[in-house]
Amino acid sequence: MATTKHTLKAIVQDKPGVLNRVVSLFRRRGFNIDSIAVGHSEVPHLSRVTIIVNGTTATVEQVRKQMDKLIDVVKIFDITGEKSNSRELALVKVKATSTTRSDIIEIADIFRANIVDVASESLTIEVTGDEDKIESMLKLLHGFGIKEIARTGRVAMVRGNIGAMPVEEKPARSRAKKQG
Amino acid sequence: MKKTGAQILCESLLAEGVDVMFGFPGGVLLPFYDTLPQYPQLRHILVRHEQGAAHAADGYARATGKVGVCMATSGPGATNLVTGIANAYLDSVPMVALTGQVARPFIGKDAFQEIDIAGITLPITKHSYVVMETESLAGIIKEAFYLARTGRPGPVLIDIPKDVMTDLADFKYPDTVDLPGYKVPTKGHPTQLKNAAELINKAQRPLIIAGRGVIISGASAELKQFAETAQIPVVTTLLGIGSFPGNHVLNYGMAGMHGTGYANKAIENTDLLIAIGMRFDDRVTGKVSAFARQAKIVHIDLDPAEIGKNVRVDVPIVGDVKAVLLTMHKMIASNQHMDWIRQLNEWRKEHPLLDIDDSAGLLPQYIIRQLYEATSGDAIIVTGVGQHQMWTAQHYAFHEPDSFITSGGLGTMGFGLPAAMGAKVGRPEKTVWVVDGDGSLQMTIQELATLVQDKINVKIAIINNGYLGMVRQWQELFYAKNYVATPLSCPDFVKIAEAYSIAGLRVTRREEVKGAIEQAMAHDGPFLIDFMVEPEENVFPMVPPGAANIEFMERPKKEVSSWPRRNTP
Repeated sequence: MATTKHTLKAIVQDKPGVLNRVVSLFRRRGFNIDSIAVGHSEVPHLSRVTIIVNGTTATVEQVRKQMDKLIDVVKIFDITGEKSNSRELALVKVKATSTTRSDIIEIADIFRANIVDVASESLTIEVTGDEDKIESMLKLLHGFGIKEIARTGRVAMVRGNIGAMPVEEKPARSRAKKQG
Repeated sequence: MKKTGAQILCESLLAEGVDVMFGFPGGVLLPFYDTLPQYPQLRHILVRHEQGAAHAADGYARATGKVGVCMATSGPGATNLVTGIANAYLDSVPMVALTGQVARPFIGKDAFQEIDIAGITLPITKHSYVVMETESLAGIIKEAFYLARTGRPGPVLIDIPKDVMTDLADFKYPDTVDLPGYKVPTKGHPTQLKNAAELINKAQRPLIIAGRGVIISGASAELKQFAETAQIPVVTTLLGIGSFPGNHVLNYGMAGMHGTGYANKAIENTDLLIAIGMRFDDRVTGKVSAFARQAKIVHIDLDPAEIGKNVRVDVPIVGDVKAVLLTMHKMIASNQHMDWIRQLNEWRKEHPLLDIDDSAGLLPQYIIRQLYEATSGDAIIVTGVGQHQMWTAQHYAFHEPDSFITSGGLGTMGFGLPAAMGAKVGRPEKTVWVVDGDGSLQMTIQELATLVQDKINVKIAIINNGYLGMVRQWQELFYAKNYVATPLSCPDFVKIAEAYSIAGLRVTRREEVKGAIEQAMAHDGPFLIDFMVEPEENVFPMVPPGAANIEFMERPKKEVSSWPRRNTP
């Protein structure tokens, strides 16, 4: 079966060990993470995680369900089919001599990237965009000699007014009581 | 008034209705054990190895439906619990495992007996906690018990540093839990229920396969009503045994690797398989691509992640088995399925489990059947893992949910004796037998001492064939009888029992079986019978590993040649 890249977005409790639980689950079930990005959400004590998984629809569905079972995962959605914006940030250190420097800066300008550090034999470029854009820029820079790359992994957000997964400020306290 | 962490722990356990726990002390647990006498309502049973504590809590939980509690000290105590926690995880048993931890300032310093038990048990617990403030202890215990027993049950680990036990905090046991990420599905989706009912009403050859989920949900009565109304034959998984009465006319036994020939033929030929509270384990399905080839599959389970995990499902129903069966019962038509049932009964005649001929020696199957007769099927039977486990599953007819306690998913040798101990502690009014193998028993045999010290009246039947029998069987059938590392030199189990002050008896002949079992039952206290059975008897039917269920092998009609058996110890 054909594998495709899926974007999973999760809201998780901001507690020690949560990322460990998520990553451990992937390892244990033999799922591969392409990239994972974690950061605070708009609600205190809750974080947003964006995970890119490569797999068949059935595999990714199993990933989603298994993740949903983690107690610290509040919500999880597969937003692959949704209209969304996704961005990744990369820092690239490129070899630069007095003859190549201006060429590199020109490439950076085309990609609306920023030069964040200039040294005698290198330039550091900060670029933001989707993966394709970053890959294209890297391809062009390759010839100059890339010394180091640091990438964040993709973060994504569904377009429009309504969040794909609004965080409830007040979790349903009464619900748990009812089930007890 | 402020209380110590140890006091808060005891009070919280009492608030959860815990009346017994299985544990083993150690350095970091001293504050707890020092406090324990203040709470005489909390019975503590001292095991001889922490693995025994976890299995005992497991057996207790299965026999009572309550949360089992075990406790171990930091480091090796905690790691010794791991097998028992994994066992509970794979069989969805509600358990709270408490471990001591080194004091907070020592965490992360490789202190004496420090181990990251929460990390080690991450993939085998439903959830876990490291308690870093005494103030949060009560709330964590509340959550842990809630998680362990609700939804799909499972083990929850709480790791408590020594100084959290000694620190003071205000104590108020919370009334509610706050777990926004935890959902328990309940009723099942109406559309899917409707789809399932339509398929059921239409089916010519429907079949129910019932698993442990039926027992967990307390839905045995609902299952019976459901099956009877629509006259649908029932087969079970290993852990589903007891969910449907063993002597019911619609019960066609266990399916899968050592299932009955007729159960596996039924799965091969059914046009609608209704899977209830089971998870399509590979021991049940055999070769997945050849499993229930002609059937549409309705899968009812509480855990959405189980649906579609191993087999394709036509109608998924995520919900509590009991609630779903109650609702669906109103939607299904009463039915007969005469031809189908007639067909099944023919297969039952064609593939009998075993004809024991009189010339045979002491066959294990015969012992299990005698055990059934002697207990009138009204006992809790616990097993280890191996051939004896399968013979028990096949030849004892279980009528009550959780009257059969066995290690399914993990297949843990050594589970039997400590689990039986826990079952008897939880259900003192019941006769509890452990049927164990000579190999399996030796993994946790030290718990005989616990039986004696805490006066736990468990009867022990050893199916002693001098081999690690199930492995030997595979070596015989699939490795050209290359018996490597399976012949077993055993101690004299009767003398072992005697050394523990437990009454015992050796049985070598068929004629002695009935009398021995009766003697054991009449004896006031634990009793051990060492049954010296045919050494090379095999478990049949058997689906060879990797084969389709329908390719089951049956017991060859052979003369039993090795009688009288090898020298007795």
